[in-house]
Amino acid sequence: MNFELTKEQQMIKDMVREFAEKEIAPNAAKWDEEAYFPVEVFKKMGELGLLGIPFPEQYGGSGGDTISYAIAVEEIGRACGGTGLSYAAAVSLGASPIYYFGTEEQKQKWLVPMAKGETLGAFGLTEPNAGSDAGGTRTRAVLDGDEYVINGEKCWITNAGHARQVIVTAVTGKDERGKNIISAIIVPTNAPGFTIRCNYDKMGVRASNTCELVLENVRVPKENVLGDPTKGFKQFLYTLDGGRISIAALAVGIAQAAFEKALQYAKERVQFGQSISKFQAIQFKLADMAMEIELARNMVYKAAWLKDKGKPFTKEASFAKLFASEAGFRACNQAIQIHGGYGYMKEYGVERHLRDMKLMEIGEGTSEVQRLVIARQLGC
Amino acid sequence: MNIFVLMKRTFDTEEKIVIQNGKVNEEGAEFIINPYDEYAIEEAIQVRDKLGGEITVVTVGNEDAEKELRTALAMGCDKAVLINIEDDVEESDQYTTAKIIAEYLKDKNADLILAGNVAIDGGSGQVGPRVAEMLGISYVTTITKLDIDGGKATIVRDVEGDEEVIEVSLPLLVTAQQGLNEPRYPSLPGIMKAKKKPLDELELDDLDLEEEDVAAKTKTVEIFLPPKKEAGKILQGDIADQVKELVTLLRTEAKVI
Ligand SMILES: Cc1cc2nc3c(=O)[nH]c(=O)nc-3n(C[C@H](O)[C@H](O)[C@H](O)COP(=O)(O)OP(=O)(O)OC[C@H]3O[C@@H](n4cnc5c(N)ncnc54)[C@H](O)[C@@H]3O)c2cc1C
Repeated sequence: MNFELTKEQQMIKDMVREFAEKEIAPNAAKWDEEAYFPVEVFKKMGELGLLGIPFPEQYGGSGGDTISYAIAVEEIGRACGGTGLSYAAAVSLGASPIYYFGTEEQKQKWLVPMAKGETLGAFGLTEPNAGSDAGGTRTRAVLDGDEYVINGEKCWITNAGHARQVIVTAVTGKDERGKNIISAIIVPTNAPGFTIRCNYDKMGVRASNTCELVLENVRVPKENVLGDPTKGFKQFLYTLDGGRISIAALAVGIAQAAFEKALQYAKERVQFGQSISKFQAIQFKLADMAMEIELARNMVYKAAWLKDKGKPFTKEASFAKLFASEAGFRACNQAIQIHGGYGYMKEYGVERHLRDMKLMEIGEGTSEVQRLVIARQLGC
Repeated sequence: MNIFVLMKRTFDTEEKIVIQNGKVNEEGAEFIINPYDEYAIEEAIQVRDKLGGEITVVTVGNEDAEKELRTALAMGCDKAVLINIEDDVEESDQYTTAKIIAEYLKDKNADLILAGNVAIDGGSGQVGPRVAEMLGISYVTTITKLDIDGGKATIVRDVEGDEEVIEVSLPLLVTAQQGLNEPRYPSLPGIMKAKKKPLDELELDDLDLEEEDVAAKTKTVEIFLPPKKEAGKILQGDIADQVKELVTLLRTEAKVI
């Protein structure tokens, strides 16, 4: 047992924190207001190797571990939840599936430029009628000679508007028991018939790019199917397991930001002749926030550590995602409460954390779905 | 180019400083590379990338400084040297540090040595110039621009807001002022590579120095925090009276004139 970060992990934490404090935090309120996706920041993050942390050097990555990656997500999320979401989605959803399941050729063609930060990728699973029930995908891909012809619709796909390609899940046939076979197919965003619209008006994570996809007779070469064409369902389950660690880390980062603001404000705000941090009712809130954030962070690190060790981590990733997002929501809510009326005003920057945090309880599996995953792991 | 950077690990002075038992309490404080030394590191990297050569970053301190040395390596320095004096030296001052560094550097044939203009903790700005004096080489402090061509350097130096242009020959020691450059962040590949770069640890013994040779020349008598800022005074009445009262107060109360 060793709870200390390695020197590299500590250096990554320091570097990302400094980067995020200088290049992201000062603009977060503006990006939220304008729903602006900071392309230029992603370019800089790419140059620093942040978009390739968990991938080996041979694929353009930095050869770091999942813990380092989780640390980076936390620090970026502490500065801006929306930027944090797009960062986490770029690595966990855009790039990771190709690293895990892609052929060598696919890795060279699609993963390397993403890991180097030259391009972004997205992952399109959710559809208007297939959310938690992602197996209910209606998008279809039919083989026509050497090409798949894809038709369907996807919604709320992160980063698609800035992506070079989207990994799209689609039904490609039926197995012997009559169940749908789902495949994941790499679709270049400039393919004819592929329409991407990014004009959702979101409650939070507004600096993140979120898009609707319409595929009308989109043709891609057969070799764009990601790895084994019959394993699409398993592939996205594994991808989401990994993604949940990053959403949990993001929740920790957002909660940490809210907590720091609340603590500082509590010390400065004077009522009844003393700073409100002297009131036990406020102290108890701060104590709970600090404790739950640290517990969540420890669970994130444990899930990441299990993944790095090649051990099963499905249950722990769900623990981390579920606890971090729910505890984080409580923390953001209390941070506003501690600020009183000021907290309700945008100017103080705490209400944004609550709006950003709400997505953590929904994306990459709702809290209800996390409980289902955990229960299934328990053998129920 | 044989380049050396003198680097100090300092606590982050943006944090609240606590004095306990006559000493600055370092517990729980954040430690960083002295910001002026970051400019020195960045400049060294730029010079090396342009003219070739090798950068060695040197610090005098204890084991904890390894983190800051690794960060310098992650930014792009080639080698690091930690001169660990924890077990040998009890009281040290700028003379101690300069003497140790000069002793280390004397047979290294440095072409260029870069240091920070001051360290933000002690703020004396002495170590750089002292090292140059001991080595018998030229030095220029508070530089904001450095161009090296052959054996000659053209330097812009900040003199209290004005600029002075200086030409000087190598070998040379310079101290970096804010504005010299924009230090880079250590990149992820840089951080991963840093662990494979050489980091040597030396002690006084390795430099043939005894504790007496580096004994501090100064003594710290007392450490105290600046007095707490008191609430300001707002003068009233017509302007002429206010001016009169102000002058009186400056004489009798503030005693500055
Ligand atoms: C900002 C944003 C970004 C997103 N990014 C992406 C992306 O990049 N790629 C992608 O593929 N998707 C993305 N999504 C979609 C997201 O993953 C889904 O919204 C999520 O999985 C939930 O699906 P749904 O919204 O259809 O809700 P539903 O599945 O319709 O759920 C509605 C409610 O019913 C509950 N529920 C559903 N099934 C059960 C059950 N069996 N038992 C108990 N309760 C149940 C849910 O928990 C929820 O409370 C994004 C969403 C948002 C808002």
